[in-house]
Amino acid sequence: MTSAGPVRPLDSPPFQNYFRDDAYDEMFDEQGSVRRQYIPLTESFLSLSPDDLRRRKQSADLAFLNQGITFTVYGREEGTERIFPHDLVPRIITHDEWTHIERGLTQRITALNLFLRDIYHEGRILSDGIVPREIVFSCKHFRRQMRGLQVPRNIYITVAGTDLIRLQNGEFVVLEDNLRVPSGVSYMLTSRMVMKRIFPQLFQRCSVRSIEHYSQSLLATLRSLAPEGRPEPTIVLLTPGVFNSAYFEHTYLARQMGIELVEGRDLLTHDDVVYMRTTTGLRRVDVIYRRIDDDFVDALAFRGDSGLGVAGLFNAYRAGNVTLANALGTGVADDKALYAYVPHIIKYYLGEDPVLNNVETFLLTDAAQRQHVLANLDKLVVKAVGESGGYGMLIGPHSTAAQREEFRDRIDADPRNYIAQPTLNFSRAPCLIDAGFEPRHVDLRPYVLFGDKVTIAPGGLTRVALRRGSLVVNSSQGGGSKDTWVLSN
Amino acid sequence: MLSRVADSLYWMSRYLERAEHTARLIDVNLNLMLDESSFSADRRWQRVLATLGDPEGFEFTGDPYVLTHLITFDVANNASIISCIVSARENARQVREQISSEQWQQLNRLYHEVTRNSGDSPTDVQPSDFLQAVISGAQLFHGITDSTMNHGEGWHFIQIGRYIERATATVKLLNVYIQEFWSHPERAMEGTEYLEWIGLLRSSSAFEAYCRVYTNDVAPERILEFLLLNGENPHAVRHAIDCLQLALEAVHGEGGKRRAGPLMRLSGRLQASLEFGHIAEIVEQGVRPYLYEILRQCQEIHDALFQLYINYSIESALAG
Repeated sequence: MTSAGPVRPLDSPPFQNYFRDDAYDEMFDEQGSVRRQYIPLTESFLSLSPDDLRRRKQSADLAFLNQGITFTVYGREEGTERIFPHDLVPRIITHDEWTHIERGLTQRITALNLFLRDIYHEGRILSDGIVPREIVFSCKHFRRQMRGLQVPRNIYITVAGTDLIRLQNGEFVVLEDNLRVPSGVSYMLTSRMVMKRIFPQLFQRCSVRSIEHYSQSLLATLRSLAPEGRPEPTIVLLTPGVFNSAYFEHTYLARQMGIELVEGRDLLTHDDVVYMRTTTGLRRVDVIYRRIDDDFVDALAFRGDSGLGVAGLFNAYRAGNVTLANALGTGVADDKALYAYVPHIIKYYLGEDPVLNNVETFLLTDAAQRQHVLANLDKLVVKAVGESGGYGMLIGPHSTAAQREEFRDRIDADPRNYIAQPTLNFSRAPCLIDAGFEPRHVDLRPYVLFGDKVTIAPGGLTRVALRRGSLVVNSSQGGGSKDTWVLSN
Repeated sequence: MLSRVADSLYWMSRYLERAEHTARLIDVNLNLMLDESSFSADRRWQRVLATLGDPEGFEFTGDPYVLTHLITFDVANNASIISCIVSARENARQVREQISSEQWQQLNRLYHEVTRNSGDSPTDVQPSDFLQAVISGAQLFHGITDSTMNHGEGWHFIQIGRYIERATATVKLLNVYIQEFWSHPERAMEGTEYLEWIGLLRSSSAFEAYCRVYTNDVAPERILEFLLLNGENPHAVRHAIDCLQLALEAVHGEGGKRRAGPLMRLSGRLQASLEFGHIAEIVEQGVRPYLYEILRQCQEIHDALFQLYINYSIESALAG
């Protein structure tokens, strides 16, 4: 039951700490009225007493804790496990917005996958001068071992998590691609599960598209990539182990898919075939959904000090006896310096303009751009190209002179290792802070699966910078998440 | 099932059983201590420590509450209740996807319950409430395990760990009591000694069950028979070994072709010796050697189990 006129709750007590500026507000339009898609939600939340809200929040937190939905923070000795901060107010995406995002992501992953296939074989895009060779070959995630190696169906990127943000004008743009071992999808799935339990009536009022089939899609995608002649492939998920920050997710996905969760020590190779050690003897493994970085999968082919992987795995891979998903060497396509070239890559392979635009990016290897960046360090965001999780980042407007000085030296020492982008005032969504509503910056990470076809779970992980004024949404840096609802009409 | 998973399930279960056993032992002795007794506190707590296998680092210094607080909360000591629960949870965490969410939640709840209390000083904690919470937490876990987990191979490994631990713990407990109180079984029992024998039964949560079978007529030989050879008392060694035998057979059945001969022979022999054993004979030939023999055979079964399912050599697996 929605009222006819505009809904304007901004003057009501729960919204007394709410503020708006030139950032796009997911809930309110310029006039301060609630956007249409948020109306049923707003009405429901306003009908709850502060006590009721607090109680529901507690019951959600308890559900997360009891299910062990936690993540590990590096660099802290005590309390290595923390529950993932979760906000109760869902983020809503309309049907039309989602259709657009879906089209853009499909286009982007298709092009990036063609790019990977190309640079590890003929290298046409390099000969044609579209992407400079030095960007590719100087990337620390480029794997020369992959040259000429044939991967099943030519699919390199099986699972991608692309970070989108929304600019002032409401446009979704790509902030970065995660093409190696993107994580977070379990938070998307469990947060939905918890929300359904806590707000069952809300789901009935809004028609929210289901994301429940994600694990089936992932399994079907992995199965479609099995080596030839293995009609009933054995699929496993390879985890670095319990001390990995995403271990909860690995166990969760393995259980949801009904596949074995293995560690390097469970696997062994013999005559270029991979086996796992079971109570009934050795069993052949056909597809490995690996959640270990390239560097660590095989101590014989890559880092010799890795105890996480399987010796001889790369030879089995090269022999075509086992599929790795994602393929090795995909990191070259999510390098933050290469990112600047993605629009050209899309144009080159698909002959189309990008549906989703990039954020303006300065390459520090270019003398003129570097000059500009160094002169404006206090206004820009500088990121290390190979890092993820919000580590190795300088946010100009929030930085101290000493930090800027440090980054200036680092950039001078290794310009290839950094890029700079304008500090973006990306969109905010309402969050429940002490039984009142306050806006916080959010991004969106949809999960893209690519096997025999592209599948994208409607929604994704909305990450929130829960600290007031903060622009960093990473869980390792005080970020949290909220459920993401894609409406079906 | 992955060998590593079997390994973790087995140890998860063993550690949890150990935590429950230790908690009950302490609870019973804290309680007995309140009754007037000719046994000095010193001897009582030495006996408790001996039952736990005299873990290094635990020493009775005069205050039972300090010692029990240590046995309960000393994270630095592997034998403490908290360490057992941490190890059980750590093993469960390694195989998070193999157990049901309900199992994990229960173990997690138990873990948080124990760690929440661990900062309190010995005088703050209500030991009895806390120990009861550990016992019922562990029992609840087993109930949840039975009703939410597939009774397949993983479940059987959980049973194996649980019953090997239980058999071992009961044998160790019996051993200590036999050593201290058995010397004159024919002479009439004094009041305090009577209490200690009841303490033994309570430590195996078998007092009520014993009364139902033998009435409250406490006789050491009957207690020995009840805790050793009874097939129906869930804490009796024979019952534990019966269950162990069933679980081993089930795992063997699922595995099929593997050569389980040596393992089945070991467990079958132990099971038969308990099933067909006679208490008078055992007493005649010496109770303690008999108990030692059971402990040795349990260790052999453990070793054979690991060699067959978990630590086997790759060469033999590829050849077979």
